[in-house]
Amino acid sequence: MQCDGFAKGPRVTPLLSINGITKAYPGVVANDDVSFTLMPGEIHALLGENGAGKSTLVKTIYGLVRPDAGSMMLGGKAFQPSNPQAARAAGIGMVFQHFSLFEAMSVAENIALGMTSPPDRRELSRSISETSARYGLEVDPFRQVGDLSVGERQRVEIIRCLLQQPRVLIMDEPTSVLTPQEVWTLFETLRQLSAEGVAILYISHKLEEIRALCDRATILRGGKVVASCTPVEETAQSLAEMMIGQSMAAPAVHNRTPGDLALDVQSLNVKSDDPFGVDLKDISFSLMSGQILGVAGVAGNGQDELMLALSGETLVTPETLFLGRRDISVARPNERRVSGLLCAPEERLGHAAAPAMSLTDNAFLTGNARERLSWNGFIKSQVTSNFARAIIAGFDVRTPGPTALAGSLSGGNLQKFLMGREIMQRPRVLVVNQPTWGVDAKAAGDIRRALSTLADEGAGVIVISQDLDELMEVADVFSVIAGGRLSEPVKTGSISIEEIGLMMGGDASVTQQMEALHVDP
Amino acid sequence: MTVERLTQPVLITLALVALAVFALISGLDPVLLGASIIIAAQPLLLAAIGEMVVEKSGVLNLGVEGMMIIGAIAGFAFAVESGSPWVGFLGAALAGAALALVFGVLTQVLLSNQVATGLALTLFGLGLAALIGQPYSGLKPPAFGSLDIPGLSDLPVVGPLFLSHDAVVYFALGLVIAVWLFLGRSRPGMILRAVGENHAAAHALGYNVIAIRLAAIAFGGACAGLGGAYLSLVRVPQWNEGMTAGAGWIALAIVVFGAWKPWRVMLGAYLFGGVTILQLNLQAANLTPLWLLAFGLFLFAIWRTLTSRAGPIELLLLWLGTIALGTWSAAYPISIQAQYLSMTPYLVTIIVLVVMSADRLRANQNAPASLGQVFHKSG
Repeated sequence: MQCDGFAKGPRVTPLLSINGITKAYPGVVANDDVSFTLMPGEIHALLGENGAGKSTLVKTIYGLVRPDAGSMMLGGKAFQPSNPQAARAAGIGMVFQHFSLFEAMSVAENIALGMTSPPDRRELSRSISETSARYGLEVDPFRQVGDLSVGERQRVEIIRCLLQQPRVLIMDEPTSVLTPQEVWTLFETLRQLSAEGVAILYISHKLEEIRALCDRATILRGGKVVASCTPVEETAQSLAEMMIGQSMAAPAVHNRTPGDLALDVQSLNVKSDDPFGVDLKDISFSLMSGQILGVAGVAGNGQDELMLALSGETLVTPETLFLGRRDISVARPNERRVSGLLCAPEERLGHAAAPAMSLTDNAFLTGNARERLSWNGFIKSQVTSNFARAIIAGFDVRTPGPTALAGSLSGGNLQKFLMGREIMQRPRVLVVNQPTWGVDAKAAGDIRRALSTLADEGAGVIVISQDLDELMEVADVFSVIAGGRLSEPVKTGSISIEEIGLMMGGDASVTQQMEALHVDP
Repeated sequence: MTVERLTQPVLITLALVALAVFALISGLDPVLLGASIIIAAQPLLLAAIGEMVVEKSGVLNLGVEGMMIIGAIAGFAFAVESGSPWVGFLGAALAGAALALVFGVLTQVLLSNQVATGLALTLFGLGLAALIGQPYSGLKPPAFGSLDIPGLSDLPVVGPLFLSHDAVVYFALGLVIAVWLFLGRSRPGMILRAVGENHAAAHALGYNVIAIRLAAIAFGGACAGLGGAYLSLVRVPQWNEGMTAGAGWIALAIVVFGAWKPWRVMLGAYLFGGVTILQLNLQAANLTPLWLLAFGLFLFAIWRTLTSRAGPIELLLLWLGTIALGTWSAAYPISIQAQYLSMTPYLVTIIVLVVMSADRLRANQNAPASLGQVFHKSG
């Protein structure tokens, strides 16, 4: 599938060339003979699923990982960075997917930490203001990073790279946490940099973005380069098929009619315990049975706090949370489980599952209350084990068996198990946070279908996610959380992605428009 | 928020003033008392400032007590064998750092659990110190004189209180200033804070997390060793088995109490030193249940002050009431058993830790975000 069509004037010498990079970890070959080239001023996409080897490859370029074999050339010279300082000195800048920022420190301190020899404070804050004005990356050097929005944090990371005049800029999944508007601003900045001759290596699995932005794409699968192409000449469908190596199943069409009131939330206010957390302000909504409510929003706008309030990990003031007609505001998590409100939190290892315990034990942990897996304080081991086995069989979890440790499963398989564990308990209401984060495309499709089926069978489902496409696919009604406030739910499809984007950024006028549109359940 | 920042040190100072008032009404000389509080606070201050740097780098070393007692015996042994207390202090710092590096290698390189390893370090230190100390019990260490400034040290009040101490007192003050400048103003200090704040990000930026933490751990050990040697060479001065008697735990509490800030840690060390000295002096004085009630009110006032839930008028009334009740209690003396008084420093430690950790938001505010987490280079 070679369709190399890079046609930006006459051929120039590559800025960075990667030749046969191989890196193996115990049990997995992360990069297997990977080669590609990066031209000056080119925006080059590195495309692949989670686990395809993108991160290992860029860590190699940034000097964090030393390859087992292969070589790199930067500007015609051999390039072998032994640490990130060496890579930065050679002109490589990197913006990390999970930002490498320090929340309790100021923007200027954060930027100074990412530079090999920063100038003094005054000079530094002057050059920060200068760079941020030049590229439209507004940020105040004296603010604490913990108080910044996710978009602002990314700007801090980008400025940190730009202050060192990089020749190659690596962006690792930069848009996964941005609103659509922030994405467009980012693209403007990247195009400006590219026009100045900076080569950009853009890692993503968002296909439409790659088609809009990138000149060329190299596709990785299982650690190998499987294709290289010009994204505008491809369709999202064909890119996806190259990426996962098989054709995708079409999403299930759903046409559900909502039933009775399943979950009612009336002016819920919660103060966060985390100094950088978000307080929930006056949240009200009603969820019907047989309905999927999608909650969109940029990370860190109150999603975690909402999840904790619904699951019962934080108790709330009485008469704010009702399951059907019953007030569950001060009910503990197990009481809520017994009455049919189940939750699957975002963090798979450590919150949703105990990594060092077996699948059977993990099945017991949330299943006991509703499935009666214990008797007078003793675990009914046979029944529990059968429950775990049923989840494994019913949700196509790839594992040797119920005695396998939760931590040994891949992200996708563990997530299928965790979703299965809650769905098998026939919840009246299921709340899931980021159900497909870090999950391969096939498992993600399976999980979405399972959620749809659950709603078809009459349960109320709340899906909290940062993936707008996912919400558009599964949700019947849709609302946006921004700054701890939740918008009135509206029917999915009644507003455009642009409007949703503005609301995610907390634009009040759009929120009011949305309220005018709001559907009575 | 800013009001809170301003008033807190002021109110802690007020607590110190209240201590002085207690001393006066109990018939003690506040100047002598002040000087002995400074002496009593040194071991706590040295150990706490060292532990603060360790915790700022994201490591929780619960072995302070063990490193202090090793410092106490090493300092004593080196001083006795060489005849110079200076050699003693140097030996104590090296011994403390060496023991701390055992902890460092176990937790940072071999990735053992920090809490369990820290506790083991305390037990190991206590046992090892007892073994080394066998031949040294009953000996007298060489004297460690104070640095008197001719003329100035003889001034009334100011002289004995501030200008006639030994070198270590001034060294400790210098150390607090140095740590404050290092953490707040210097680039290596900023890197150390960054490592404690988010070790994964610091690693991704190319900083050597393990080496930085090992250096911090060694520094903390050296400080704890110095603190221990101050006990055995100056404060007591003698070697007794188990002579640190929980000072390491109090130092750990002071770090939390001081919210990981050098000046507050220093204030905390003086406050705890004050409680220690006061109970010793009050064991001799006659005490009444009424006095205990006054002391209870005193603790309650500290609590209201620290949690900042009370308004300024309530605080003023509380402190005035504490002083009034204290004065009244001095008028009706009936003695109580000394054991109850010996408990007070530990009681205050427990109360402070419970109060500080009860408010989760407050406890999270200044704590290094990676504190106590295991760092493992992966990928």
